[in-house]
Amino acid sequence: MHNISTIFQREMQSYFNSPMAYIFLVIFAVVNGYFFTNTFFLFGQSDLRMLFDIVPLVYLFFIPAVSMGLIARENNIGTMETISTLPLNSYEFVMGKFLAGFCLILLGLVATVIHFISLVSVGTNVDYGATFSGYLGLALMGATFTAIGTYASSITENQVVAFIIGVFLVLVFYMLDKTLVFVPHSLAGLVQFLAVDYHLSNISRGVIDSRNLIYFFSMIGFFIYLTIRTLEVKRWK
Amino acid sequence: MIKVTDLSKNYGPVEAVKSISFDIQDGEIVGFLGANGAGKTTTLKMMTGYLVPTTGRIEVDDLNIIDNTYEIQKQIGYLPELNPLYSEMRVYEYLEFLASIRKITGRAFKEALARVSEQCGLRGVVHKNISDCSKGYKQRIGLAAAMIHDPKILILDEPVSGLDPNQIVEIRHLIKQLGKEKLVFMSSHILQEIQVTVDRIMIINKGEIVANGTSDELMSNFKGNVLLNMEIKNAVPGSVEHIQAKLPSIKFISMNETNDIQQVQFEYGKDQDPREELFRYAVDNNWSILKMNPHTTNLEDIFRNLTWEGGTNA
Repeated sequence: MHNISTIFQREMQSYFNSPMAYIFLVIFAVVNGYFFTNTFFLFGQSDLRMLFDIVPLVYLFFIPAVSMGLIARENNIGTMETISTLPLNSYEFVMGKFLAGFCLILLGLVATVIHFISLVSVGTNVDYGATFSGYLGLALMGATFTAIGTYASSITENQVVAFIIGVFLVLVFYMLDKTLVFVPHSLAGLVQFLAVDYHLSNISRGVIDSRNLIYFFSMIGFFIYLTIRTLEVKRWK
Repeated sequence: MIKVTDLSKNYGPVEAVKSISFDIQDGEIVGFLGANGAGKTTTLKMMTGYLVPTTGRIEVDDLNIIDNTYEIQKQIGYLPELNPLYSEMRVYEYLEFLASIRKITGRAFKEALARVSEQCGLRGVVHKNISDCSKGYKQRIGLAAAMIHDPKILILDEPVSGLDPNQIVEIRHLIKQLGKEKLVFMSSHILQEIQVTVDRIMIINKGEIVANGTSDELMSNFKGNVLLNMEIKNAVPGSVEHIQAKLPSIKFISMNETNDIQQVQFEYGKDQDPREELFRYAVDNNWSILKMNPHTTNLEDIFRNLTWEGGTNA
């Protein structure tokens, strides 16, 4: 736990020592804010549905951008060699990295609470439960995409390549349930279950079902496991 | 003590290290010498647990590195060849990060920081950004990072590469100081560097260890004949070429003539010194000696001979 927190702190320090984190947070807030307020007064409904629809789309490109450097940069500048010769578990290293990326996403998400505050001040009959579950869904989706991005970052030493692989992988999981019409009927259930959007929409509706939670946690676990394996295999090559 | 037995590493079909064995005692400074691509860095990477050997064993105080990677990594300080650093961090932040993973925090870290800044001469730069430090300072930061936990074993891959002569002398001095109580294993492809710093030299060529011993031992094992270079004038014709008829211990090798000066090369056995006889012979044959320069085999010749492409591995 101590090592995870050390890696986490170093990574956060590195995010905030460069313009990276600030640029991310500002653009994330601006893009979400623009699309949310654009139609907010048009519809005249006191909910955050527009926000919950736009954030996943923004995630598709922002999360791979945040996570692309997590491990690829260590591979690129060679610090992976120093890290690998420290008494440090691959699991601790990957978890520290993943949590740092996820924490930055969460900070971005927390910034959107400002819209909720404005909603409460101008709207009536605000559904607090739906808002909570909407945020929970976005946080889980953010964690899943960060795990995928961390994995993409571990298989290359080029951050641009890591970004492209990351976008591709998150797009696949995001688009899966939009391709159901092309999928044989027998496989439709499985493909739908693998689609991240399907589980998000369940949670966003206010239904916190263990099946959805299990999906998100297994996806996170699976990609973190893949990342750890990728790092271990490199030592044996 | 480090004991390496039948260590091999293959990168796909390429055999980078071929079944090498050696051991290093505590308090010994051993230099690992080889041409670029000879297998030095691969060997060091295996000894630090960064790479897993294809076959063979590496033991540190009877612990096998495969089964006790973390235990061994706790005792080792490693300076990688390219000395990678997080350029966006400050020097003390970087050292604090490494110390924290090695469970050195708070007061213990402050003491460790004071110790390594003293040893590596980092006092003026501790609060600087690593990216603002010169190459020489970056190398010292790398060394400080390897020593922050006061390890028993230091493995240094090309510790002086890229430094200027003054910095080289400082780092060399530091390594010698450290070697009094620690086991230091350093690689280099610069022979002069190794020769003045280490107690024992190992030469690796194409993945195999071709020599292992102190520099005196290597010299006496590999010493060849002495080459004598002379510049002479006015020699009686034929007296140079046929010297062996009068002085059997001296062998004529070659002669070139420029501006009436003859550059001559002779050879004689390493245990003989027939220069006085040669002098008298020269007087008898009317040679005017301008220069006489015996060239004994040095470590560089041994290294070149051992690692030369197609050379004989004596």
